[in-house]
Amino acid sequence: MSKYSMHLLVCGGTSCHASESDAIVWNLRDELEAKGLSEKVQVILTGCFGFCEKGPIVKVMPDNIFYVQVKPEDAQSIVEEHIIKGKLVDRLLYHDPKTNKPVGDSKHAGIFKKQLRIVLRNCGFINPENIDEYIARDGYHAFGKVLTEMTPPDVIKVIKDSGQRGRGGAGFPTGLKWEIAYRNKSEEKYVVCNADEGDPGAFMDRSVLEGDPHSVLEAMAICGYSIGASSGLIYVRAEYPLAIRRLKIAIDQAREYGLLGKDIFGTGFNFDISLRYGAGAFVCGEETALIHSMEGLRGEPTIKPPFPAEAGFRGKPTNVNNVETFAAIPVIILKGADWYSKIGTEKSKGTKVFALAGKINNVGLVEVPMGTTLREVIFEIGGGIRQGKKFKSVQTGGPSGGCLTEKHLDLPIDFDNLVAAGSMMGSGGMIVMDEDDCMVSVAKFYLEFTVEESCGKCSPCRIGNKRLHELLNQITEGKGSLPDLDRLRNMSLVIKDTALCGLGQTSPNPVLSTLDNFRDEYVAHVSDKKCPAGKCKNLMEYYIIPENCVGCTACARVCPVNAISGQRKEIHYINPEVCIKCGACLEKCKFDAIIIR
Amino acid sequence: MPQIKSLADLKKIREEIRTGLDVRKKAIDPESNVQVKVAMATCGIASGAKPIMEFFVEQLDRRNISGVVTQTGCMGYCYAEPTVEIKLPARDPVVFGFVDLKRADQIIEKYIKEGELIDGIIPVNYETIDSKE
Repeated sequence: MSKYSMHLLVCGGTSCHASESDAIVWNLRDELEAKGLSEKVQVILTGCFGFCEKGPIVKVMPDNIFYVQVKPEDAQSIVEEHIIKGKLVDRLLYHDPKTNKPVGDSKHAGIFKKQLRIVLRNCGFINPENIDEYIARDGYHAFGKVLTEMTPPDVIKVIKDSGQRGRGGAGFPTGLKWEIAYRNKSEEKYVVCNADEGDPGAFMDRSVLEGDPHSVLEAMAICGYSIGASSGLIYVRAEYPLAIRRLKIAIDQAREYGLLGKDIFGTGFNFDISLRYGAGAFVCGEETALIHSMEGLRGEPTIKPPFPAEAGFRGKPTNVNNVETFAAIPVIILKGADWYSKIGTEKSKGTKVFALAGKINNVGLVEVPMGTTLREVIFEIGGGIRQGKKFKSVQTGGPSGGCLTEKHLDLPIDFDNLVAAGSMMGSGGMIVMDEDDCMVSVAKFYLEFTVEESCGKCSPCRIGNKRLHELLNQITEGKGSLPDLDRLRNMSLVIKDTALCGLGQTSPNPVLSTLDNFRDEYVAHVSDKKCPAGKCKNLMEYYIIPENCVGCTACARVCPVNAISGQRKEIHYINPEVCIKCGACLEKCKFDAIIIR
Repeated sequence: MPQIKSLADLKKIREEIRTGLDVRKKAIDPESNVQVKVAMATCGIASGAKPIMEFFVEQLDRRNISGVVTQTGCMGYCYAEPTVEIKLPARDPVVFGFVDLKRADQIIEKYIKEGELIDGIIPVNYETIDSKE
């Protein structure tokens, strides 16, 4: 039906675009026109290939050949050599740095594809409201296999051997958790799915629940069989109405098929799942607080031990896992522990989903094997920093994590490396910051969040974080002093050591990591009373450079508070006492006469 | 809906759906039907996926194209929402980003009808697990 027998796909992602992909498209089209091939071969501009380091990319379809670092003048060789003569243009092929051999066919080169989707395997593929589509992609087959061919200790062994660690943040080994719940004898046990996703900027759990709810149900049922539980509870935020709706549909469909309920697969095993709604308190992501909230009590954490695996929901052994942890379980069962444990690093196996946000071109969800570097995630899959600005920092782990810098870019991401670098995995939010972001303000932002979300039960978190926030506020207002920086650090360390639960123990991390990595920025705030990024309003001043000002009066006319004085054709002056730092004059000036200093 | 009473039952259903012999629903023959999937997670809906989905349902019908429009979850390309995947018979699926009504119309006219690609498709940049035991 198509008149074209061949397609040339030119990467039009932001960073390739910057390196002339438009010109490549024009040249290719001209070249094809000249050779009389424009009716046969279509040239189009695409979105990002996620291989920006070697951009611009040209992909030839259906041959599936990749050309890298293509220049506009290469159009001729691609058309003459590849399209007309059918020969590969060797010099434009990607050369594997290890073997130095050219790699052309994208299907045989893992290098082109940094992402591996295990958790997100069905997201965006199946209709989440149709159980048949899930079954067609091997859905519930792991559950069937477990029930008919494996004993609970067998299942636990597979999960243990796979090396999977909990994706909720702390990275506790999943198999071990299941084993403890299995060993604690009780008539009644519970499986709980923690879907209380609360980190600012994290949305992978929501996407899984909305895109592939059955994977979570199946995994919970597998877990129920393994630890000896017959009921499952999903604690999901009421702010996720679509996720809730799709979960309900999924549960109903699974019940209709007899995949939830009594005597599943004719084996006598009973399991059912119900939903519990959270009201969105951040602390309820902590498992003891989550359980209390489900019991109708205040969402406050209690000291561990006892762990939920000993005395959890209604005082019975309870296994709590995160959405992402569960979503990978059916694959681990079907593909085996060996397969899963080959992916990732020595101590962190499998893949991790990251929610890329902030000043990055390709905002979105990515799933990469553990051990992928921050650079690969940010500059290749993520397409680099917006508007060609300079990378400054990446915040991982949400309010419990820290800010990593350029020197950490080549760090392979896994649980232990991130902790060693002063941050953490957390739920997988990754917020990228550029040169315009003030790191003191960033620390303040996260502290604001923790102060707001602290449940108030223990004083280090309730009072300590409040004091930290006050100090940061003073610093950004230009009222800080050098000793304040030591005060910040000392108080942070005390809170870390003494807070009751994970929220308080990790809340000073954004402060500590920015103090470590961006101390000069803090010093600039307290000693020079300057904000290097030009973000802290009290520390900046709009200033007219006399030499550049031509006296056009454009700035004075847009100033909403009449802070700018000066006659026509005379040098203007901004009165800092009156100026509200709105930036209107800076935008208006055509002569680059106004600066922030 | 029949109850699944054994692993064999489950496998049977899987094979039925895979081979398109599912008689309980409108038969979807991938060889002759266009399949349109609209990413309808919260993010997609917030950026306008609903009217796009309605548009495809309505217009395929009106333009006499035999096809199936379904919703799906998040494809991960938040920066390019709303996103739509089109699978033409005997072709690999193609993902289109930034789909508004104008672009949706272009997709139907150019890609679905003529098989011509249009600018701004999103290349597959990941691997996934293959679906077999």
